[in-house]
Amino acid sequence: MGHLAKKNALLKNAKALKHGRLLDKAPKWKTFESFEETPLYIAIFTYLSYAILIVFGHMRDLMRRWGFEKMPINTEPSKKGWVPLYQNFESFYTRNLYTRIRDAWNRPICSLPGARMDLMHRVTDDHCVSFRFTGKKINAVNMGSYNYLGFAQNEGPCADAAEAATRKFGCSVASSRQEIGNMKIHHDLEKLVAEFLGVESACTFGMGYATNTMNIPCLVGKGSLIVSDELNHASLVLGARLSGSTIKIFKHNDMVDLERKIRDAVINGQPRTHRPWKKILILVEGVYSMEGSICKLHDVIRIKNKYKCYLYLDEAHSVGAMGPNGRGVLDYWGCSPKDVDIMMGTFTKSFGASGGYIAGKKSIVDYLKGRSHSMCYASSMTAPVAQQIITSMSIIMGRDGTNDGQRRVCQLAWNSRYFRRRLMEMGFIVYGNMDSPVVPLLLFCPGKIAAFSRQCLKHGLATVVVGFPATPIIESRARFCLSASHTKETIDQALDIIDKVGDLIHLKYSRRDQRPDISENDKDFKQRYKLLPEY
Amino acid sequence: MIQAFIHAPRYHVLVEIALVIWILRLLFFTKSYRSERTVLTEKEKEDLIEDWQPEPLAPPLSESDAALLNVNERIVDRHIWEFCSKIGKHVTVNGHECLNLASMNFLAMNEDPLIEEDAVASLRKYGVGSCGPRGFYGTVDVHLFLEEALQKFMGCEEAIIYSYGFSTVASAIPAYSKRGDILYADESVHFAIQKGIQASRSRVRYFKHNDMDDLERLLQEQEREDQRNPKKAKVTRKFILVEGLSMKHGDLCPLPKLVELKNKYRVRVFMDESLSFGTIGKTGKGVTEFYNIDVTEIDLITGSLEYALGSVGGFCVGKSYVVDHQRLSGLGYCFSASNPPMLSQAAITALQILQDKPEKLERLQENSKWMHRQLAQIDGLKVSGEAISPIIYVQLSDATGQTGVDRALLQRIVSECEIQGIALTCPAFLDDEELFVPPPSIRVAVNCDLTKEEIDEAIRIIQNVVRDVLSTRDAFAQ
Repeated sequence: MGHLAKKNALLKNAKALKHGRLLDKAPKWKTFESFEETPLYIAIFTYLSYAILIVFGHMRDLMRRWGFEKMPINTEPSKKGWVPLYQNFESFYTRNLYTRIRDAWNRPICSLPGARMDLMHRVTDDHCVSFRFTGKKINAVNMGSYNYLGFAQNEGPCADAAEAATRKFGCSVASSRQEIGNMKIHHDLEKLVAEFLGVESACTFGMGYATNTMNIPCLVGKGSLIVSDELNHASLVLGARLSGSTIKIFKHNDMVDLERKIRDAVINGQPRTHRPWKKILILVEGVYSMEGSICKLHDVIRIKNKYKCYLYLDEAHSVGAMGPNGRGVLDYWGCSPKDVDIMMGTFTKSFGASGGYIAGKKSIVDYLKGRSHSMCYASSMTAPVAQQIITSMSIIMGRDGTNDGQRRVCQLAWNSRYFRRRLMEMGFIVYGNMDSPVVPLLLFCPGKIAAFSRQCLKHGLATVVVGFPATPIIESRARFCLSASHTKETIDQALDIIDKVGDLIHLKYSRRDQRPDISENDKDFKQRYKLLPEY
Repeated sequence: MIQAFIHAPRYHVLVEIALVIWILRLLFFTKSYRSERTVLTEKEKEDLIEDWQPEPLAPPLSESDAALLNVNERIVDRHIWEFCSKIGKHVTVNGHECLNLASMNFLAMNEDPLIEEDAVASLRKYGVGSCGPRGFYGTVDVHLFLEEALQKFMGCEEAIIYSYGFSTVASAIPAYSKRGDILYADESVHFAIQKGIQASRSRVRYFKHNDMDDLERLLQEQEREDQRNPKKAKVTRKFILVEGLSMKHGDLCPLPKLVELKNKYRVRVFMDESLSFGTIGKTGKGVTEFYNIDVTEIDLITGSLEYALGSVGGFCVGKSYVVDHQRLSGLGYCFSASNPPMLSQAAITALQILQDKPEKLERLQENSKWMHRQLAQIDGLKVSGEAISPIIYVQLSDATGQTGVDRALLQRIVSECEIQGIALTCPAFLDDEELFVPPPSIRVAVNCDLTKEEIDEAIRIIQNVVRDVLSTRDAFAQ
């Protein structure tokens, strides 16, 4: 009977899929995610400005070839008989587009990356080819660092514990985990991470990026299929490529597309040979760092269970930053950790340290401990870093006897909603989920990338701007990362600046009629986050 | 023809029309001309989905993996009784107090009080993590100072730092070498280089370890091919990838000959100096200094801050136009958070100490030679590699040739030494993923703070252990 019922359910699902409708188990609370369409005239102007830039780029290249203009210093001298190190095509973009506005990136700081930070003042005499430091400092509101829970601190329990660990163990281990770099502090850390995430076991690595690139190849290989979100981080993409599996890309957060791709793959098997796949691994991120969107985890889990795939969830931007207990998107959606096979995340962001983890069933973690490239060849995590994670994680879990961790989580949740709502009300086009601490604001025109960044910094706000190739060519954007260390005053200050700059360079493109449907005074929001700040 | 058609008898026309219809039917309506497309019914699809059973995500542990996990259970801690309390010259391994001949902390930078003070001061200013990649406010002034210090020390135009030693060379190679390019690599390059090669998707030709004749043969082969297809040769970049001091053998790369070949065949050279940086050469600048070769002859030098400098991360040095490219194309640089400032500060101080106290390096090189000589005299062991190398590979002189057996025996020697107060380690390799797995061996790492007496004492203990272990084996064999 049960079998028949299951089959019927499957058939029903298939039908629903055919009609482009999904039977997803919606979360209990209202959620809101927006990707407002680009107005047509903006798209035209954006393409036009790229065209102008490219024409001018070619003209300047011509001038350089004829000797009217000096070659930028970092060009390769041509040597006879040697193949040039770079293709002309790839350096064209760098030389003629990126270099002109290079001052918007790689800005050095000379303080803690906290709620406010000091930037080193630099000037350029040659249109951003080189920079000169003046020795002055610029103090600015920090909306660029991934300091979600505000653990980038140089005082307090974390820094004290990290100092003690430095004095006790030193800065280096100088060996890999499988040789002689296996310390008790690593075991303590791994136990704590497993407890924090509610899984059987965890292992930790010295670098978050390498956690993806070095472990995905251990899990899948030739004859396996990786189904990956089109906007996954570079480390996931490289890890998938290194594994040698077949890779299929599905549209960003599009569950119908994901299910269709997986369904076809299971039915048709491997290309050409039609043998069944060895395994299918779904790669998704918790919070997408350029879109501010949140993975629709309940749907992914439903699809994964239905088609017997495995799920690799990268929580780099969500662990600590999402959910009422700070345990990531699982906590946010109320899903069970048992439904995710591999939980991956980094310690760089919410915990103010560095490194990454992989958590899951004991059998999988043990396998990785024996087979991971990182465990075998790379130096193990140093003691002060491990200690910083242990202390900050204990605070989030409330093990220090205070509610400081809860307070941070709630402050971040409040900040995210408040900031996003205010931006939308001002008339900016803002992408992403209402609860994500990553808030992208659309700039579109390439000229506005640098203008926005420079103007904000002039008024005392440090923020990240990104353009092609990190985003689609017309969707250049500014990105704000909220932090629990921001107070309402700090955020209001930042909002004032953004408002002013937005008016100055005309960024309020939104054509939404009604007010956005988000509020930090929702009843169920207040119910889930107990310690929301009162303003 | 029309006339003929009209005049033809009726029955003739009828027969012909029938024939034409028959041909058309044969052409378009018979089964053999229908394209064979099977359309699965929904039910069949559901059955297929139901039937499919994937392999487990992690296969059950094999015996060798389980053994590795056991090794993994070795817990090191600081030495409790000694004056210096960090993991350094002395450690406790599984509760046994040991002289450390396993960590690659060659210059004892991990125990240096000056580094500790500077690192803590940096921690008190910047906190632990940098909370961002280099492009997005993760560049702290300390990173710039470290890059400047490295660039000045190595005498190059520019330096770039990475936050993880392994990712340095693995990111640097694919930044330059793309699909269609050719890489010539030593067959026993270490795993990070192999991963870099794989990520670059270039064509790769391996030459025998340190065998320059073999490399020249490959280069000549390519030259002949280039002459056949000059158009393609014009856009094919070629790189030689070598290690300064081999991680798998402990010997030096024959650089003078290599530079000669490089200039003759116009191939660029990338050299990984993870181990040789800070340990080889008069002032620790690595293999180029050892052979007295101009650093600019090497197009890109990659190194690690994790061994000699006692910090975390890696770096690349070279000409500005080469290194600067990685700031946009080095994946591990762009997409990873930057190094914690306190660890970069530790590297800066260590680099200063390396220059201020040249006696550290002298002692290391003396100790390496002495250790090499003494180890070679132990019965039953075979020592390979350069005398000046701070890592020494020790093999069984009458190895059985069966990897498992030899490894177990060496592992027993390591465990026995551990009980008697000497920490050693067998190097870990992922056998089925490695291109070349060196014969089973123990890796001895030399520390500059070791005294001659300590080395002699260690040798005495190792000698006794080896004798005991080998005699029990022989007893078993009989």
